[in-house]
Amino acid sequence: METLSERNYLNEPRGWKSWIFTLDHKRIGVMYLIAIMASFLLGGVFAMLIRMELLHFGGKHLMGAQTYNQVFTLHGAIMIFLFIIPSIPAALGNFVLPQMLGAKDVAFPRLNLASFYIYVFGALFAVYSMSTGAVDTGWTFYTPYSTTTNTSVISMTLGVLILGFSSIFTGINFIVTVHKLRLPGMTWYKMPLFVWSLYATAIIQVLATPILGITLILLMLERTFGIGIFDPAMGGDPVLYQHFFWFYSHPAVYIMILPAMGIISELIPVFSRRKIFGYKAIAFSSLAIAFVSFLVWGHHMFVSGQSQYAAMIFSFLTFLVAIPSGIKIFNWLATLYKGSISLAVPMLYSLSFLFLFTIGGLTGMFLGALATDVHLHDTYFVVAHFHYVMMGGTVMAFLGGLHYWWPKIWGRMYSEFWARISAVLVFLGFNITFFTQFILGAKGMPRRYYNYLDQYQPLHAYSTYGSWILALGFIIMAVYLIHSLVKGRRAPDNPWQSLGLEWTNSSPPPPENFTVTPKLTHGPYDYDKIVSGDSTG
Amino acid sequence: MILDTTGSLFLPPGHSTFSGEVDSLFNFILYASAVFLAIVVFGIIFFVLRYRRRPKEGVVTGPTHSTALEIIWSVIPTILVIIVFFWGFRLYLKMSIPPKDALEIKVTGQKWFWTFDYPNGANTLNELVVPVGKPVKLLMSSRDVIHGFYIPDFRIKMDVVPNRYTITWFEAVQTGVFNIFCTQYCGKGHSEMIAKVKVLGEREYNDWLISGTKAGEGMSLEDFGAKLYVSRACVTCHSVDGTANVGPSLKMIFGHQVKLADGSSVSADENYIRESILNPQARIVAGYQSVMPTFQGILNDRELDALIAYIKSLK
Ligand code: HEM
Ligand SMILES: [Cu+2]
Repeated sequence: METLSERNYLNEPRGWKSWIFTLDHKRIGVMYLIAIMASFLLGGVFAMLIRMELLHFGGKHLMGAQTYNQVFTLHGAIMIFLFIIPSIPAALGNFVLPQMLGAKDVAFPRLNLASFYIYVFGALFAVYSMSTGAVDTGWTFYTPYSTTTNTSVISMTLGVLILGFSSIFTGINFIVTVHKLRLPGMTWYKMPLFVWSLYATAIIQVLATPILGITLILLMLERTFGIGIFDPAMGGDPVLYQHFFWFYSHPAVYIMILPAMGIISELIPVFSRRKIFGYKAIAFSSLAIAFVSFLVWGHHMFVSGQSQYAAMIFSFLTFLVAIPSGIKIFNWLATLYKGSISLAVPMLYSLSFLFLFTIGGLTGMFLGALATDVHLHDTYFVVAHFHYVMMGGTVMAFLGGLHYWWPKIWGRMYSEFWARISAVLVFLGFNITFFTQFILGAKGMPRRYYNYLDQYQPLHAYSTYGSWILALGFIIMAVYLIHSLVKGRRAPDNPWQSLGLEWTNSSPPPPENFTVTPKLTHGPYDYDKIVSGDSTG
Repeated sequence: MILDTTGSLFLPPGHSTFSGEVDSLFNFILYASAVFLAIVVFGIIFFVLRYRRRPKEGVVTGPTHSTALEIIWSVIPTILVIIVFFWGFRLYLKMSIPPKDALEIKVTGQKWFWTFDYPNGANTLNELVVPVGKPVKLLMSSRDVIHGFYIPDFRIKMDVVPNRYTITWFEAVQTGVFNIFCTQYCGKGHSEMIAKVKVLGEREYNDWLISGTKAGEGMSLEDFGAKLYVSRACVTCHSVDGTANVGPSLKMIFGHQVKLADGSSVSADENYIRESILNPQARIVAGYQSVMPTFQGILNDRELDALIAYIKSLK
């Protein structure tokens, strides 16, 4: 086993205190990475429990109805608030953003550390809620159910409220960093697309998250003091909560997906060794999506009794925001054309992303169209749709990014062989698990059901078998990644011959990121100008 | 078995006047999506095979933009999307505005059952009875949390909200029995909130309406009570064999002392049972939550008598 002898951010300074009080964005990124992976594991265990329960094989139940309701609520809430929202920006973004800009750190290192601890604190609250009678409302906390159930709604929503602050602080930090700390000569159009997407995401985080905070505070007040704002008995409006909630949570979907698109825009050029197709279109469509995402929240409420006029406007705007996403898919595809394509593991995840996200996006059409949404709303079709977007989209991109930057983060290579096996299992398992759910939903199976009619049993069974393949893929991944940390081959500085600035330093990078100030000699995707192979160290 | 014997690969069979139109739109989007997906999949596979990286490759260059292409792949999806939007919206208008002459039935959602009130005063629980070939307008509201009223075979769904009326309508084209699901999560019994819609021929429907208002005639009070115990959904929360459920079992309570949550106890006589049905929050049995809904306005006096007679018989 080779050792990492030279000075890098992992071994200097030393001692556990230097970690927990660190102001280094790379260490904070790594701590976030560990925290969100733990959340993903927890959420994943709940997912497997849900699927086991729904197997209903021979009419058998694994748990009671109440427990099931708590389990799917925890699964959803953990996956959304603890895992997917912070995953790419706070973990990978924190690690690479300053390096991609040629900066030494983010603009406010102390705020960065604070946002990590706020995250941990919020997460602990949410996890604590499990021990006090876990919430059973679904992760959306709809009123009046959430104001009347006797489970611990308050500690969970308080946790989510706290997590929101963490998200806002990260957003502010990124915006200022992008504006102020770019390397001299790095104009906006020379910025990597991942940075563009993090920037667009940060704008949504800063503008939308406070609305969630206010909504949750109103919910807590309603629960404790009965102020009546959502309570029909006191003249309040139960549906008002849904407006507030989705006014945050729809843009939040883009907090989840924009950074994923950013990663894909990095990976496809590197592994095709091609300049990205339509750089400006991709950059501006990120901003456009961020903007329009604020205007479509009502499409979650087509059957809530809102007026037909409102439904029409929201349906129209929803289709508008779909177009830039569709265009991006063509841009990525066109980047493959005449490339020099390597099927390394990050690229496998990028191609999975292209396929799964396309399905996720296309099935959004069924839900955006009013007449078909009436039939599909609140069925498993929706469950399948958002898993294709969030898991097939964001999680695949996250995994692609994780494998891509893994050598930079740890200075170690993972086993390419096992990584490929795992990627194939994850891809297959995912499709078996969730494609069946489109059919289930279209056939009328409602979501959040503990029990269901026998006619749906076979499809539920396929879905559950798929989830076992998926879980096996993740277990293998955990094994080879952890193995790489102890026994992995020493990573070269730039194993992928990437042109990104973060690859010009050593692996792992020194504490100050760059020992000599980097010089910008080319754009991030100028593979056509640089003869490949000679940039490797 | 993936496929039902009826219906398409994706959709259940359709039995309302607009189910066919909804299915056409669904299929249109499905085919358009399939074409789009095929382009992406074929593109990926073709490019990956054709442009696999070879060792010692030099500079690769390809187009980094192409105005013509970019216009094509922006404009075609835009046109498609506009078609889908208008189609969906026009059909939705039709699905949400009931015809003037529609038969009006009142639907009440409540944890965890549905009540249906008919114009002539008849009412049913968890079974909606309608005539075939006549538009039916549902005027819906909830007594507690938000529920969702969904009949997959008719392609209709609408949330049922407390303190507000929401409306949906349908016209069944065929007699038969179809499922009604609750689609808005409403707690522990959410997935049990399954009801049926029974579509009868015009004549049978009218006969049913008449007998519906005279339900229980010619039956002993006890037998009628046993029927109501099921049809009024008491069975969802109370067993008759002594096992505790959401609510206490009804077996052997009559004439016995019942321990209440406030520590006192009460003798279960006719008045106690009547009060428990009409005003359930008044006295809560120890060890249970006060979740039982009131049946005030749902059960008439004869029905109350019948239920009491039935409970008396549960020795
Ligand atoms: C191992 C993979 C996963 C499996 C097998 C799985 C399975 C499920 C199932 C069966 C449900 C319940 C659906 C219902 O009854 O309505 C569900 C809900 C949900 N899942 Fe997953 N899931 C997985 C991963 C994820 C990931 C990665 C995310 C997001 C990052 C996610 C987010 C959600 C959300 C938000 C809900 C909704 C919860 C609710 O209805 O309140 N899931 N999932
Ligand atoms: Cu319900």
